[in-house]
Amino acid sequence: MPWNFNSSSPIYIQIIEHIKLSIAVGEYKAGDKLLSVRELAAEAEVNPNTMQKALSELERDGLLYTQRTAGRFITEDTAAIANLREQLAGEQLDMFLKKMRQLGYSPDEALALLKNHIG
Amino acid sequence: MLLECKNLCKSYGTKIALNNVNLNIERGRIIGLLGPNGSGKTTLIKILSGILTASSGEALISGNPIGIETKKIVSYLPERTYLSEWMTVRQAVNFFKDFYDDFSEETAYDMLERLNISPADSLKTMSKGTKEKVQLILVMSRHAELFLLDEPIGGVDPAARDYILKTILTNYNENASVIISTHLISDVENILDEVVFLKYGCLMLHKTVDEIREENGKSVDALFREVFAC
Repeated sequence: MPWNFNSSSPIYIQIIEHIKLSIAVGEYKAGDKLLSVRELAAEAEVNPNTMQKALSELERDGLLYTQRTAGRFITEDTAAIANLREQLAGEQLDMFLKKMRQLGYSPDEALALLKNHIG
Repeated sequence: MLLECKNLCKSYGTKIALNNVNLNIERGRIIGLLGPNGSGKTTLIKILSGILTASSGEALISGNPIGIETKKIVSYLPERTYLSEWMTVRQAVNFFKDFYDDFSEETAYDMLERLNISPADSLKTMSKGTKEKVQLILVMSRHAELFLLDEPIGGVDPAARDYILKTILTNYNENASVIISTHLISDVENILDEVVFLKYGCLMLHKTVDEIREENGKSVDALFREVFAC
């Protein structure tokens, strides 16, 4: 996935979202090794400190882990990855329902519309 | 602390260019020095590189007052090129190698090659943008501790701009900091740790880019346009 940043939220948060998405869609697989901070920073064209901050946060969330001398890896906890995917899907659903509410549809009506749309 | 400015002032006759600037910069950071025309960016950079002397106040780099010791560890890119027109790129590289102990010839030739600049070309045959690239490559090929880049990307095309920013990102180390003065904020925003806003010679703001985005919900570029709206 290419790195694209919007201008309204902090870049490290956008990096976190980007990596989470890459894990959820399986672009990064459980146990995959990540590039070094420097390489990732150069690839995303961001400051290494910003990249470091994002990776530390992902590590704290348990989605990445560091092995001394070997580098940084994607978690091997497949349940956590499934969880993450569900969580991202939930965010999309919240957003969908919120937009539909703005348009004046109740959740039931929105669901009916969606079913119809998929049809 | 890599750089400390204490009550730094500079006036040109009656005109005040820097007004009581207090600024501390740590190692391992990339800092954007931003401000409208005539806000004192170049004056500050010239004082730190030892070309101008402050009217009052003090600047310390790695604990030393500006002088021979600081010039050894400061790599400065001026707004205008100062290389002699008759030189070839190779001669300019040799010139830098003679001049600076911390210059890496290997790094310089490597970057020149990647930007398709031939060491045999002479500077007078080059376009303005290519000359700027050569100069930046020379400046970034030093293992300095403080890089002062005055408008490093102004004259080059967007593709070269991306390469140059990448060069800055990959070439600096944790021990060094880079101060970039520029108007092209949106181009450099993603690579900056911190920004410093100058207005009429006064330091208006010194924050991390993430703080600005978190607190204002907008980019540094947007904030700049707001703060300095005419």
